[in-house]
Amino acid sequence: MLADKDRIFTNLYGHHDWRLAGARARGDWDGTKEILAMGPDWIIDEMKKSGLRGRGGAGFPTGLKWSFMPKTESERPHYLVVNADEGEPGTCKDRDMLRFDPHKLIEGCLIASFAMRAHACYIYVRGEYYNEASNLQAAIDEAYAAGLIGDNACGSGWKFDLYLHRGAGSYICGEETALIESLEGRKGQPRLKPPFPAGVGLYGCPTTVNNVESIAVAPTILRRGASWFSSFGRPNNTGTKVFCISGHVNNPCNVEESMSIPLKELIEKHAGGVRGGWDNLLAIIPGGASVPVLPKSICDTVLMDFDALRDVKSGLGTAAVMVMDKSTDIVASIARLSAFYKHESCGQCTPCREGTGWMARVMKRMVKGEATLDEINQLEAVTYQVEGHTICALGDAAAWPIQGLIRHFRPELERRINAYRDAKTRAKAA
Amino acid sequence: MPKLTIDGRQVEVPANTTIIQAAEVAGVEIPRFCYHERLSIAGNCRMCLVEVEKSPKPVASCAMPVGEGMVVHTRSAKANKAREGVMEFLLINHPLDCPICDQGGECDLQDQAMAYGGDRSRYQENKRAVKDKNMGPLVSTIMTRCIHCTRCVRFATEVAGVPELGATGRGEDMEITSYLEKSLSSELSANVVDLCPVGALTSKPYAFNARPWELRKTESIDVLDALGSSIRIDTRGRDVLRVMPRLNESINEEWLGDKSRHAIDGLRYQRLDRPYIRGANGKLQEASWADAFNAIARRVVGLNGSRIAAIAGDLVDCESMFALKQLMISLGSPNLDCRQDGAALDPSVRASYLFNSTIAGIEEADAILIVGCNPRKEAPVLNARIRKRYLKGGLSISVIGENVDLTYPYHYVGATPDLIANCKPPEGSKKPMLILGQAALARPDGAAILEAARRVAEQTGTIKDGWNGFNVLHTAAARVGGLDLGFVPVADGKDTLGILNGATKGEVEVVYLLGADEIDTSRLGKAFVIYQGHHGDRGAHRADVILPGAAYTEKSGTYVNTEGRAQVAARASFPPGEAKEDWAIIRALSEALSKTLPFDSLDQVRAAMRKATPSLGALDTITKAEWKPFGTAGTISATPFKFSISNYYMTDPISRASPTMAKCTEQFAMGATPRTGTDG
Amino acid sequence: MSVRTLAQKQPASFAFKAEYMERANRVIAKYPKGRQASAVIPLLDLAQRQEGWVSRPAIEEIAKILGMAPIRVLEVATFYTMFSLHPVGRHHVQVCTNLPCQLRGSDAVVKACREKLGCELGETTADGQFTLAEVECSGACVNAPVVQIGDEYFEDVDAASMGKIIDALKRGEKLAHGPQNGRLHSAPAGQRTSLNDAPTPPPKQDLAAAKAAYDKAKAEAAAKAAAPKT
Repeated sequence: MLADKDRIFTNLYGHHDWRLAGARARGDWDGTKEILAMGPDWIIDEMKKSGLRGRGGAGFPTGLKWSFMPKTESERPHYLVVNADEGEPGTCKDRDMLRFDPHKLIEGCLIASFAMRAHACYIYVRGEYYNEASNLQAAIDEAYAAGLIGDNACGSGWKFDLYLHRGAGSYICGEETALIESLEGRKGQPRLKPPFPAGVGLYGCPTTVNNVESIAVAPTILRRGASWFSSFGRPNNTGTKVFCISGHVNNPCNVEESMSIPLKELIEKHAGGVRGGWDNLLAIIPGGASVPVLPKSICDTVLMDFDALRDVKSGLGTAAVMVMDKSTDIVASIARLSAFYKHESCGQCTPCREGTGWMARVMKRMVKGEATLDEINQLEAVTYQVEGHTICALGDAAAWPIQGLIRHFRPELERRINAYRDAKTRAKAA
Repeated sequence: MPKLTIDGRQVEVPANTTIIQAAEVAGVEIPRFCYHERLSIAGNCRMCLVEVEKSPKPVASCAMPVGEGMVVHTRSAKANKAREGVMEFLLINHPLDCPICDQGGECDLQDQAMAYGGDRSRYQENKRAVKDKNMGPLVSTIMTRCIHCTRCVRFATEVAGVPELGATGRGEDMEITSYLEKSLSSELSANVVDLCPVGALTSKPYAFNARPWELRKTESIDVLDALGSSIRIDTRGRDVLRVMPRLNESINEEWLGDKSRHAIDGLRYQRLDRPYIRGANGKLQEASWADAFNAIARRVVGLNGSRIAAIAGDLVDCESMFALKQLMISLGSPNLDCRQDGAALDPSVRASYLFNSTIAGIEEADAILIVGCNPRKEAPVLNARIRKRYLKGGLSISVIGENVDLTYPYHYVGATPDLIANCKPPEGSKKPMLILGQAALARPDGAAILEAARRVAEQTGTIKDGWNGFNVLHTAAARVGGLDLGFVPVADGKDTLGILNGATKGEVEVVYLLGADEIDTSRLGKAFVIYQGHHGDRGAHRADVILPGAAYTEKSGTYVNTEGRAQVAARASFPPGEAKEDWAIIRALSEALSKTLPFDSLDQVRAAMRKATPSLGALDTITKAEWKPFGTAGTISATPFKFSISNYYMTDPISRASPTMAKCTEQFAMGATPRTGTDG
Repeated sequence: MSVRTLAQKQPASFAFKAEYMERANRVIAKYPKGRQASAVIPLLDLAQRQEGWVSRPAIEEIAKILGMAPIRVLEVATFYTMFSLHPVGRHHVQVCTNLPCQLRGSDAVVKACREKLGCELGETTADGQFTLAEVECSGACVNAPVVQIGDEYFEDVDAASMGKIIDALKRGEKLAHGPQNGRLHSAPAGQRTSLNDAPTPPPKQDLAAAKAAYDKAKAEAAAKAAAPKT
């Protein structure tokens, strides 16, 4: 188990002072100037060495992403945009960082922006996080007042401005190009790629979009060294990670743990175990709503990291663990997610706009079994018709939970269909 | 230049070409709905997905730039599967109402469903129903059919420059609408009907009129402004049912102004379908051709030619003007003019009255000075070309005239013509352009303004080797042709103003109005007025004898557009009743006047005309006009410019007779509040 | 999501009050020159804070302030679900029913709300005090079920605590937001399993040594690249 001394988010639960004085006491803003003095190349190299993979869901190596930005400034300014549009069902880790450790994020914004030659950074916070945004804004104001950011950030000579931008209720704005569109004052409709944001991003300028956690861990990684961070977890899956454990556990919670921790250990150590004991477990969605569900048999042994979960045809995603015990209506659960994706589809491209509605409606019928056995295959075919054919990953995210359901719980679907048909036949006969 | 392989065919295309464009080069057609070469790339329909080797997912070919060595498959199993999937998604919520849909027979969705769709639907849920939106008198909406390609939104925002269409809501509830369901305030609005790949936006005036396969299609040119846009006239029997743009990169690309498209219902109303003679009671009475000619002969034969005059109108073909000019010469009359508005156009220097840079040349300009001209109303398609150039960046536009919304930002210099002398294009401008409108010329100091404009052009590098940026924008299709063939006063003959003055004073006793309706007929005094034309408009109301002619869709006639480009309009249907082609009327009249003109067929009149004015035979070519001094130096008054067109929708006898244009006038020109759908 | 359209009944006009206009100007200043359209979401939010909902005149006023076409502002207002296009009650009770909340009893919370308020999801109480709505994931899933009322998150609610919250609001009182079962934010209930130690500044790496090592590795790589290939 990760020791407290190796936890980055030492105020995850807000039991200490989140303001500047408290943050400094916990080591934030300590030697930031010296880190900046190491230069952008060293910072990016160190981030690469740490093995940090993006914490927003896709798991793209953070250092590598930073290195895609142009190495010199041109007349087009560079931007860092922090994605705090947390909305993946099951996920609420960024929320704690925003409200209880805002200075880690702000320091990370400065360092990352400096490394990518950006003088301005926008933090896009989901609109519902009003109080979280208020804390963050207060912390930004403190950082400006203390000279940590601004015209001469930390005395480094680097001009750095940091702005908070609030969204207004749209899951898709968590997609990086939709977020940029939204930040520019439009509907959050993802852009076509290429061009990628590192070339043409916010206001047509080179832009990198990073998740809150990816940015907030950067200062600690650089302070303690890449090798410290990479000593946790498995190769290619290094570091510590904040997990969100929700659903049918005794004590739902957020907790920072080592990557690659066994799923069962994570739940039993921190969440008080599955309600009614591990044997009462039905299934777990291990990485937020978008990743396929896993049956208990896989949960028994699987490790919580990118590669292990990919190998069992699911994903680490945002590391939001949704636990479902045997009392769960698994079909209704996945149907709820399908309704969510239908609600959140931006409507721009055909397969997602039409496919999410189709899938959600069939899933709704599947809950009651009001379908034919053929329709299971047909539904699965529709998911593959959506997956990989859309502009952004929301189509994939809408398809995967259903694919996971059919992969692992087909007998349950069939049972309901048969039961519904039999009940109808009986009713007719009576 | 990257080389790539598409369906086994090697092509080499410029970098930044997209796969869909490269496929066109390779002769491979990729289906599409949202992609349109003149609009920004949306990539939303996903119909153009193709397989690209080494790419894990199918790729939207409309948005993906080509790469060296790329191997593309458009018909592979993977590509086909992607396409069939998209097709199925497009159809699940699309109504099966093809039998009652006006798009039927020319519907991209229908065609591509045939090519790529399944033969049955697996979708068992209820189909979506979407509330129809009011989009004004020209565009009918059945929004349930919409496939959300956003072509109309992009057209309005980008080409038309009126950002009034949008897609509200999100997901499957996304709806295309105009803001508060107002009509699109653009003179190009009906182009969204052509762009709509399905039957969501269809033509309101044409609703339920015909199926495309019932129509006879005639390729012709438009005459309702001076651009000579390429059009296709669709007729059934004698009726012109619709007009659509044809592709012509030099003139209209693939757009058409709303008037040019929808004034055609005016061809059915107010038509002159037989000759009339004003009787002793002062009322017009039906007459035979012979009686009409006799009535004219009684007044004309023996009259001194100087007491006879002729004015040609805005829609007249060159053949008719040529024939009338020959008749006037044989009658000894020097009094003829084709400039109804009295514009100080100098017929002796061709470069003085042409849009010398050509319309396509607008795209090369880096500075434009617009003087006394509202291109948005006078030539909306040309205005779209200016906007297109503006969107590319690096163009400075200045305006002297009324300060109105031209759909692009400009530097407003002022309203009075004296300001022109101080206008200079920005430093470093290589291809400056000056656009002079009729409002600048049709005023007492027009010749002086023309002279001043020439001087400014010469002094600012607007005229140089390989570039002539001096441009006159005409509003009448007949004007350049009339000037080219010299339908202007001979020697000391009278021009339009002189003719009117002469008629008022009784010096001119016979006035021949060849389709001339835009003059002040109250100034014709006691003159004997012959009106030859197709509509019972202003000229006919004042006439003593009416000779019914043919409208532009009913005859083959030469027109020269504002660039000096001669084109021949084709006959798509026949004139009504006893009306005849205009040159033939003049030929017949000449016989009745014992001045028989030396031609018996259209071919003969055309040959004679082309012999007299060779440029009229050089079809669809631009001959660079020689630059010579023109204009008359003089005092320029400080009277502000006033636009020549106040209501775009009604500028000529056809559009004034059009019920559709009347509705547009009510909606747009008079600033009326839009009616709601329940107003009938 | 259903079709979102403007309310039938609209006020005649809209103007930002001085205080709100000042806030709007501060927001606009966050974005580069010529990019003031970026402020459209914050300004719609301010309009909603001032009036309680987003009206047509507000959309048009914001379009004017930001130099945008009204249709572009309408697109934004209809796309983002936090904008109420119709008047809502003083207390906008938004129950999350997404999966993590559903697993922990949001159905019962919705039921409690319906019974307590006497209105259905999407409706406003007769006295105009409460609007009840279902929302998608609120992003506080380890504290499910979550109910957002105005700007406040009420967490770990159940039918009973929901009833208390509504009763308090009816009385004009406000209960403390956050977890309703006494736990500390997102920490597990009861004894914490982590972060029991008092936090201390973490040890720091030797930056000088790190720099030296980095420069050396870089020089070596450069030398290797420059060396003639044998």
